[in-house]
Amino acid sequence: MTVPVTLQGARERRVRTGGVELCVAELGDPGQPTVVLVHGYPDSKEVWSEVAPRLADRFHVVLYDVRGHGRSTAPKPLRGGFTLEKLTDDFLAVADAVSPDRPVHVVGHDWGSVQSWEFATVKRTEGRIASFTSMSGPSLDHLGHWINKRLKRPTPRRVGQLLGQGAKSWYVYALHTPVLPELAWRGPLGKRWPRMLERFEQVPGGTYPTSSLPTDAAHGAWLYRDNVRARLRHPRTDAYAHAPVQLITPLGDAFLSERLYDELESWVPQLTRRTLPAKHWIPRTRPDQLVDWITEFVTSVEGGRPDGVTASGKYADRFGGQLILVTGAGSGIGRATAYAFAEAGARVVAVDRDAEAAARTAQMSRLIGAPEAWAETVDVSDEQAMEKLAEKVATEYGVVDVLVNNAGIGLSGSFFDTTPEDWKKVLDVNLWGVIHGCRLFGRQMAERGQGGHIVNTASAAAYQPSKALPAYSTSKAAVLMLSECLRAELADQGIGVTAICPGFVNTNITSTARFAGVDAEEEKRRQKKTARLYGLRNYPPEKVADAILRAVVRGDAVVPVTPEARGAYLMSRFTPKALRRIARLEPPL
Amino acid sequence: MTSAVTRELSAELQGFRAVQRLAYECAEAVAARLEPGITEREAARMQRAWLCERGVRDWFHLPFAWFGDRTAFVNFRVPLQFFPTGRRLEPGMPFILDMAPVYDGYTADIGYSGSLGINPVQDRLLADLEAHRELILREVRERRPLREIYEDVDRLMVRQGYANRHRAYPFGVIAHKVDRVRQRRWSPHVFGFGTQSLKGLASDALHGHREGWSPLWSPYRFSDHPPRPGLWAVEPHLGFRGTGAKFEEILVVTDSTDPEESAFWLDDDLPHVRRWAEEK
Repeated sequence: MTVPVTLQGARERRVRTGGVELCVAELGDPGQPTVVLVHGYPDSKEVWSEVAPRLADRFHVVLYDVRGHGRSTAPKPLRGGFTLEKLTDDFLAVADAVSPDRPVHVVGHDWGSVQSWEFATVKRTEGRIASFTSMSGPSLDHLGHWINKRLKRPTPRRVGQLLGQGAKSWYVYALHTPVLPELAWRGPLGKRWPRMLERFEQVPGGTYPTSSLPTDAAHGAWLYRDNVRARLRHPRTDAYAHAPVQLITPLGDAFLSERLYDELESWVPQLTRRTLPAKHWIPRTRPDQLVDWITEFVTSVEGGRPDGVTASGKYADRFGGQLILVTGAGSGIGRATAYAFAEAGARVVAVDRDAEAAARTAQMSRLIGAPEAWAETVDVSDEQAMEKLAEKVATEYGVVDVLVNNAGIGLSGSFFDTTPEDWKKVLDVNLWGVIHGCRLFGRQMAERGQGGHIVNTASAAAYQPSKALPAYSTSKAAVLMLSECLRAELADQGIGVTAICPGFVNTNITSTARFAGVDAEEEKRRQKKTARLYGLRNYPPEKVADAILRAVVRGDAVVPVTPEARGAYLMSRFTPKALRRIARLEPPL
Repeated sequence: MTSAVTRELSAELQGFRAVQRLAYECAEAVAARLEPGITEREAARMQRAWLCERGVRDWFHLPFAWFGDRTAFVNFRVPLQFFPTGRRLEPGMPFILDMAPVYDGYTADIGYSGSLGINPVQDRLLADLEAHRELILREVRERRPLREIYEDVDRLMVRQGYANRHRAYPFGVIAHKVDRVRQRRWSPHVFGFGTQSLKGLASDALHGHREGWSPLWSPYRFSDHPPRPGLWAVEPHLGFRGTGAKFEEILVVTDSTDPEESAFWLDDDLPHVRRWAEEK
């Protein structure tokens, strides 16, 4: 994939409106639906330089510098020149110039979203907006009502929410001081800003921010001064959206609480929610995900895609459209995990060495909500096959957003009965399979630089020693430690790593497990017996799958699943001696 | 597969087949009348009224109706949860109608799965039930112990990626024996089950206990015996994440040595069988 850096090749024009001249850039075929990207503060339209070219394949993409920013001229005087009414005039002028006959799809980030909320809720733009994608910028009117509601009936929770957002809004108060912000931006702050973005917001460096930053930021202060106090004091009561809205909420936003959008459904009849684990500047840090979501939303509003099965899962806002790869997806926990992600609307790659089982998982995944699902037949312990798989996935399906290294085999028997071949086999699958997965797909994630998550299925046996499972426990303990180390290494790149440690889960690992040191008949008997015991325990793999999704959403490090696994985890930390006594017990086989 | 239609059935089997057909007709008639907003109780009552109008006086069990995720018995812990509730039917929801009328002394026990509008998941489940119908007949003809057949059905379900939901039935049965019931003027029922039928089942259980067999086809040790001649109402029930599907119909087991004659489905002209034939 080529990664475009600037808005090269864009057609530029100037649009005059209300005493200012706006710089408008266009990309893509004007015959396609028009998507207007509105930037925030302190930015210029170049904030979209990663997103716009990727959208231009499918849409007519229009970007403009908000008045006073970038290469648009500033109103004179500045005071009173940035009211939402005037910004709406600008938007209508741009929309009329670039798409006179058809309504446009608006995408706004930060202040671009704040003003787009105005566009999407005032009467005079009705019929000019087809859809609105909002990121990190609430409607000031909705915000006003949100605050009023909490002030009028201050329950402890509401007061907490109010104080939380109040603390996050420190910069808004700062920007209301006269002159000082301008001086800071034109002086030291403007110089240090790019480095601060890189350091605190993990925004990749390069050509962004542009050299106009100090002026943009100085002029943009008037966005706050002209609107915030007025609107929060007297919020409009008719601020209902007249177009479908897609709300994309970055969960790590330092400036906006996700609670702000709690009551949004009452303002927006057709609301689609999306969340992603990222900080404020998602157009810079997560362009691929945004492009996917904007494309999907705009296409669905345009009616380009027939409405298939809709994702009904609990985490549909988080995993919708993401690419998930699960190994060992032909049965048990892997299969349940693939289904859980499918239900959340993710695209699923089901990997298993059993072709038929993998195909089955992919087929059922499509039925329950996955827009796309593929089956791949690979033995995870086969290095070359895994490399081939990684290549194929990257070229045909894209970079994996969530990788679940789940494939594993069971091996029981005393240490001296376990032959070197047994060891090799169990380590090849349980450990090397995970290593290959992390190495190949983790690298793709890291190179893309847009976050991701790796889940490794370890086991409660990773911290619960047992004389019955020396090889298996060793392999799983290695997976646990590998996950912890990898988590440390990938933390700065926004990639989370989770180790899942299930206890006794009713899957067919018991009937395929190898029992070292016994003949075939006895092995068969023990397999049956264990399967029976696990069946009596009857902990369903679906619950493990739910735990996996929850862990990815929360970014947990180590997640024991099942009461016995949680108990053992606690004991391993507080009473390891007792755990060692348990390890000496003879298993009931 | 042998077709029971071409077979010369004894008068007795014809009686059973007639009431099974009546029950399936009832299921289709009620299913066609289901609309959004109808509750499980209303659907159960519709089945009961339809059959009573046509002369049914006694029941093996009263009609059941399950809607939505109740078709897969999600979170069922006590048997009382099987009884119809106030759950309302919504477009796209799967449903199962299950009834066991006694007519003229002949018992039927049927299960009918469908959905209001299109439900691709349930369609898939229903299509996959065909393999189970074939598997059960084949292994019964091989005279495999019932418990083993149960385990093979279980394995097939796991391979298909489904959960075994007949395990939720009382005793986890996949099938149970049905028999002729004496017609009485007064036929009371307890907990939805007709006392006459329960009496028959109990006496079978007693005899079976002495002779080493059971009228209940379960995963437990008491089902560890070859198929017992008689009529078995077989009901494999698949569940997949909040969607369930089953069929239930009578399997005739005889003591004939000819495999074809030793076991056969009472009727091959049933909605689910026709549906599989149409799909081919």
